[in-house]
Amino acid sequence: MDGGVKLIRIGAEAYLYLIDFFGIKAILKKRIPKDYRHPEFDIKLRRRRTINEARMLYYSRKAGVPTPLVLDVDVDETYLIIEYIDGIVLRDLINQGVNSKLLENIFVHVGELIGRLHSSGIVHGDLTTSNMILQNNNTLYFIDFGLAEKSSELEDQGVDLHLMLRSLESTHPEIAYKAFNCVLKGYAKVMGKEHTLKVKNKVKEIRMRGRYVEERRKRT
Amino acid sequence: MSSNIIVLGIESTAHTFGCGIVDEKGNILADVRGEYTPVKGGIHPREASQYFTSIAHTIIRKALSEAKVTMKNIDAIAVALGPGLGPCLRTGATIARALASYFNKPLIPVNHAVAHIEIGKLLTGAKDPLVIYVSGGNTLITAYAKGRYRIFGETLDLALGNTLDVFAREAGIAPPYIIEGYHVVDYYANKGKNILDLPYIVKGQDVSFSGLLTAALRLLREGYPLEDVCLSFRENAYNMVVEVAERGLAHTGKKEILLVGGVAASPILRSKVETMAKYYNVKVYLTPPKYSLDNGVMIAWTGLLAYKHGVTIPIDESYVKQRWRIDEVDIPWMEE
Repeated sequence: MDGGVKLIRIGAEAYLYLIDFFGIKAILKKRIPKDYRHPEFDIKLRRRRTINEARMLYYSRKAGVPTPLVLDVDVDETYLIIEYIDGIVLRDLINQGVNSKLLENIFVHVGELIGRLHSSGIVHGDLTTSNMILQNNNTLYFIDFGLAEKSSELEDQGVDLHLMLRSLESTHPEIAYKAFNCVLKGYAKVMGKEHTLKVKNKVKEIRMRGRYVEERRKRT
Repeated sequence: MSSNIIVLGIESTAHTFGCGIVDEKGNILADVRGEYTPVKGGIHPREASQYFTSIAHTIIRKALSEAKVTMKNIDAIAVALGPGLGPCLRTGATIARALASYFNKPLIPVNHAVAHIEIGKLLTGAKDPLVIYVSGGNTLITAYAKGRYRIFGETLDLALGNTLDVFAREAGIAPPYIIEGYHVVDYYANKGKNILDLPYIVKGQDVSFSGLLTAALRLLREGYPLEDVCLSFRENAYNMVVEVAERGLAHTGKKEILLVGGVAASPILRSKVETMAKYYNVKVYLTPPKYSLDNGVMIAWTGLLAYKHGVTIPIDESYVKQRWRIDEVDIPWMEE
């Protein structure tokens, strides 16, 4: 590593630095200690998430989902270095206002990418529009794999899509349901209609588990 | 409307039947409560509701005399229609409907979770906080955006308070649940030394406690020291909530945190939240413990805010809603 190091984002669990990694524009993502946690607990959690993220970024890339290339990992220091993606965060793009046709295309594509993850036995664990970047050449990247897991369980896939819907509801309430339908459309392209229906029902079931009420009232 | 609006509020969502009376200036004129305490185990909804029926009239009369008003002075009746336990909710709703209809007063529907937030804001001075609402029945990270309190995190299964209480009961260390101001789990955790591996489950913005509860009880059965299990258990449980709150903070950019609900009284959780908040230069407000617990005052105050914005409900539509989500409620009194 040489050249300048510039702090570009303070996230909830990590600092992101823009660095030059042997001539490659890169991000150093350092998981920072949280002094509200017991120290032993803290370091265990940060190490686990760092190594997990590196693995999941790699697996996802192999599954055909654009993710930043992992350049270096230091588990003890709880950082990883990944390729820098030049583009716009999907959340900001939506907030800027885009025409509905483009929006539709983007969310169908988001659904396809989620489908690719799931068909390769990966769940992202934190699907939000803040964790998706549209690169300047129009490639959509998924980032932030700290909570991702290897799983092909219907339950986990359901939770994954449920989280997508939930974050749409809280971040983009005006377009949430329309966007989610597009996601399902794209998802079905990869996973097939039958499986999509199963996952869709799972999402319903998760929402009905008690705390997601609207549907529950309709049922009775 | 009279010059100084006075609202009577009724709370009966879980173990407390409360009647509160407030005026427009935010003065608490009366606060009377009766609490149903089960001899063993958790709340039995039917028994709680029967208890409420037996004490309701005394509590309401006492509130009126405490406030030095008669029903004539009351402008509207507010009632918590949910979320909560069905039989308990129905008891409070029946009484509120009867009062509204007999005395010909408007009836105002109040969401219990919104009420926790509004009373917290009134008493602490927080204006537009990220809210951490943790109680026996609720675990919610919420903040105002676009007309409603939006949910930025919640539990996928058990509530934090319930998780702690069930663990304590199953471990045979409760009741009593509170020792020297600490929850009994915190009390033993403070003597713990080693962190044991337990499931830490954060999914996106949400948390899940059921696996943690099962795993912690298993460690106990396997003979690990109670103190270590308590420490590891509460580290997992609290840290999950604080982490999700931290994400909510990063996401919403709010400059205040408001802690509400019964578990918010935990000094350990509070200090974790304060440590986290200091980092973001965010001020933490804690609802005074007395009003963190369920009470009629918060229902009256929230009812008053709603009433001033024209929110009332016809009696024949005033169904209770056991699972009334906070983000289904319009909040006309907040400004963008």
